[in-house]
Amino acid sequence: MHASAREDAPRAVVSLRGIRRRFGRVTAVDGIDLDIREGEFFALLGPSGCGKTTLLRIIAGLERPDAGRIFIDGADMTTTAPNHRPVNMVFQSYALFPHMTVAENVAYGLRLEGLARAVIAERVREALALVRLEGLEDRRPDALSGGQRQRVALARALVKRPRVLLLDEPLSALDARLREEMRLELSALQMRLGLTFVLVTHDQDEALSMADRIAVMRNGRIEQLDEPEGLYERPRNRFVAEFIGKINFFDSILEEVDEEGLRVVLPGVGPLSLPVRCLVTERKAADLALGDALTLAIRPEKIRISRAGDHADADSDLFGGQDKADVRLTGRIAEWAYYGGISHMIVEATLPQSGEVRRISVVFQNAAKETVEAFDIGDAVVLSWPASAMIVLTS
Amino acid sequence: MESWRRHPLVFWAMGLPGIFWLIVFFLVPLGFVWLMSFGEKRGIVDIAITGTLENYLRAFDPVYLGILFKTVRISLIVTLLCIVIGYPVAYVIAFSPPKVRTWLLLAIMLPFWINMLIRTYALIAVFRTRGYVNFTLEWLYGLLRLDALFGPFQPLPMLYNEFAVIFGIVYVFLPFAVLPMYAAIERLDRSLLEAAADLGASRFHTFLTITLPLTRSGIASAVLLVFIPALGSFLIPELLGGPNAYMIGNVIAAQFKKANDWPFGAALSFLLMYATFAILAVRPLLVRRAAKGEGAR
Amino acid sequence: MKGVLLMKRRRDKGGGPVLAPGRAVWLKGLVALTILVLHAPIVVMMVFSFNNSRRNVVWRGFTTKYYEQAFNDPALLEALINSLTIAVISTFLSLIIGALAALMLWRFRFPGKGAFEGAMALPLVVPDICMGVAMMVFFASIGWPSHLPWPLSLSNIIAAHVAFSFPFVAVVVRARLAHFNREWEEAARDLGASEWRILMDILLPFLKPALIAGALLAFTLSLDDFVVTFFTSGPETVTLPVKIYSMVRFSVTPKVNAASTILILLTVVATLIATRLQRPEETARAEMAAQGGGQG
Repeated sequence: MHASAREDAPRAVVSLRGIRRRFGRVTAVDGIDLDIREGEFFALLGPSGCGKTTLLRIIAGLERPDAGRIFIDGADMTTTAPNHRPVNMVFQSYALFPHMTVAENVAYGLRLEGLARAVIAERVREALALVRLEGLEDRRPDALSGGQRQRVALARALVKRPRVLLLDEPLSALDARLREEMRLELSALQMRLGLTFVLVTHDQDEALSMADRIAVMRNGRIEQLDEPEGLYERPRNRFVAEFIGKINFFDSILEEVDEEGLRVVLPGVGPLSLPVRCLVTERKAADLALGDALTLAIRPEKIRISRAGDHADADSDLFGGQDKADVRLTGRIAEWAYYGGISHMIVEATLPQSGEVRRISVVFQNAAKETVEAFDIGDAVVLSWPASAMIVLTS
Repeated sequence: MESWRRHPLVFWAMGLPGIFWLIVFFLVPLGFVWLMSFGEKRGIVDIAITGTLENYLRAFDPVYLGILFKTVRISLIVTLLCIVIGYPVAYVIAFSPPKVRTWLLLAIMLPFWINMLIRTYALIAVFRTRGYVNFTLEWLYGLLRLDALFGPFQPLPMLYNEFAVIFGIVYVFLPFAVLPMYAAIERLDRSLLEAAADLGASRFHTFLTITLPLTRSGIASAVLLVFIPALGSFLIPELLGGPNAYMIGNVIAAQFKKANDWPFGAALSFLLMYATFAILAVRPLLVRRAAKGEGAR
Repeated sequence: MKGVLLMKRRRDKGGGPVLAPGRAVWLKGLVALTILVLHAPIVVMMVFSFNNSRRNVVWRGFTTKYYEQAFNDPALLEALINSLTIAVISTFLSLIIGALAALMLWRFRFPGKGAFEGAMALPLVVPDICMGVAMMVFFASIGWPSHLPWPLSLSNIIAAHVAFSFPFVAVVVRARLAHFNREWEEAARDLGASEWRILMDILLPFLKPALIAGALLAFTLSLDDFVVTFFTSGPETVTLPVKIYSMVRFSVTPKVNAASTILILLTVVATLIATRLQRPEETARAEMAAQGGGQG
């Protein structure tokens, strides 16, 4: 369904139609249609076991689908062996040949093409320069650091000048700092080469920061295919909303709806008016019926936190006087994780009408030292946010 | 690990039985043989240790040199056959689905638990003039009416020659060859093979440039595990080979059991042991080179 | 119609990892043939031990008379009893000596350790024939008494069997010890266990599979040994393999098949018992308690 909607989009390098693959009783990939566009950085994101790696291996030709077709550059390659496909892969474990030097590893694929010695040498040099590994040609993989191995794997795949570069969790074996560095480098490399990258990852930050488009997968299906900002701000369902970033959910009941907006009742809080743009699912306002159960959600960083008692000027302060704080809850800080740049709190808030206690996730910038020092666990606080900052998910 | 000085009592309690047994019932007996190899026979039972090298020099007598040469030749052929047959078998087992793999491994290893003597005996029944192979051949011969063309059936002489010895040693030691090669292939990181395919290598090319070079250490182990026992074969050539296919082990045994020339047997025995040690000494080199690999060339 | 055919064709090929086992038929054929060649002679030999014919080639009906003959042959029976006695005693000694040596090598640093390890590896690599003649020379030279009463008359063979078995036990036990996590020991000590309790509660249960495997190895090595026994034993003491050897030299008869089958069955029974013992869970724990009593 995602594919058909984008028929007129830029030319697809890889097209998948009805791809299905089962392992015994487990369906790893359950009927996927997908078009990957020329020159984009595409990410397959999902929890482990969602089928993303299987899908990547099917594109590479390392796994044959039980049903469906794969087109690369318009040619049907469903049954083409991996060694005859114009795609190359960076393996999760890098899969560097331990008995070959760096240069031999990178040259391996070219040698198989039967190129002249001088041409191979030149292209190997270029590829190693591209990943900034000059001078390590004669090392063996076991004498390299994790980051260097990763670059060799990258060079080895890139040197083949593939139509699509496939990356299977390429950063998962690196430590946090190096991962950050490689993220920027991969993005820069992709832009410089203008090559199509397909990245498989379970790390939402990785996908959000690098990819042009992301397919969020679950149980062998694509839950949502969108740009990073779209996934975060307009998740189509609870799974996507929860998988990408943190979020707070509230059950509510629809009371009134028109083309301007909707009016819902938040049990325990009261009635709330929302603009129609908060409705991010596929269902249109017109499809909704009064009395429908809706899920409202708010991202933790969109919640304003202030000390109980001094919230008088909160509205103008935070929302520039544009939006009012439609929701206002009082509570106590129950947990507090300090991350340096930001703080993440769990506030036990009491719903004003019912007295029910809800745990609400709040994130705030540690912009000034004082703000951090102002709060302590157990402090009474006020949470507030404008209704327009919430999103509506149909259940 | 701690120094033995910290708990000398525990140390000796643990170590003494082993040290004692090893010295008294292994090293000392070998020492006796070693001394005897420098001795001379005086009469039927008397042996004087004179320090002579005569026994070692006799080993280079053309008769014995021929047998030494034959022993090495047979061992080399056997080793080659075990690798050539064993590698594909190990390969198929390593790449089988786990359930099948267990059964195949069991099938290969089962004979390993069966007495070598019995397995050799079982071969005699198959190979002898009135054994199953010749019986089957005769039946086929009669069926095809070949007797009209070539006269009555002549049983194939399958026993008491080098063929029987080579077949017998391969038969007995093949499981030894399969196991280390299986272990090496099984250990092989599958993603390396996928990477090779991804980079454009065909199955055959992947095998030549990746699988084979990376499983060399397994092959090296298999070579040693077959070649060394093959060199020291005694029972198999004794039962299947007969005088035509005697190997060095049979000559040694004959010196002790029949010829009653213990000093000469002792010298031959030590020559065989030296050869074994020499091969073992090469092993680290073999394995290290295998580990480093040269497949990229 | 074409669509159906297409579907069918693809189903035949099936999905799957593309680099899965060589679909090459010749490879599988080779494996099948190898397994057949390895097993056929033994199976044929066992089947023909029930053949009602002395000629041993053509099937002439089922009989157990060769087993009756075998069990009524006092020499064969004596050889069988000798073999079992030797195997049981040498297994027991090898297990203790080998396990202790392994523990010592694992736990202690001491001068000459390398030399000791090298010497322990010797029985594993020295050709049988060399070891056999060494035993022959040794026992003859020191004048080991040859006319001892029954169990003692086996002592030289037992000594030789222990000499080549215990290093195997040590290898198996050491391999397992290499996987011992020292933190378990430290955790036990942290929780208040004494050295003795650590040995009994942590180390021995951990080593149990290796001890069983080592015992099985020692038992079958002893039961199967022909070459060393052949040279060590005097004319009066005969083991089953040595007896079978002399029968084989004489002639190929169903009685030899029967004796061989009995020897194979003994090995199979020992292996089955060992695998049963190695099985974890409650049964094994109960068995271990019984066994621990026997070993302690």
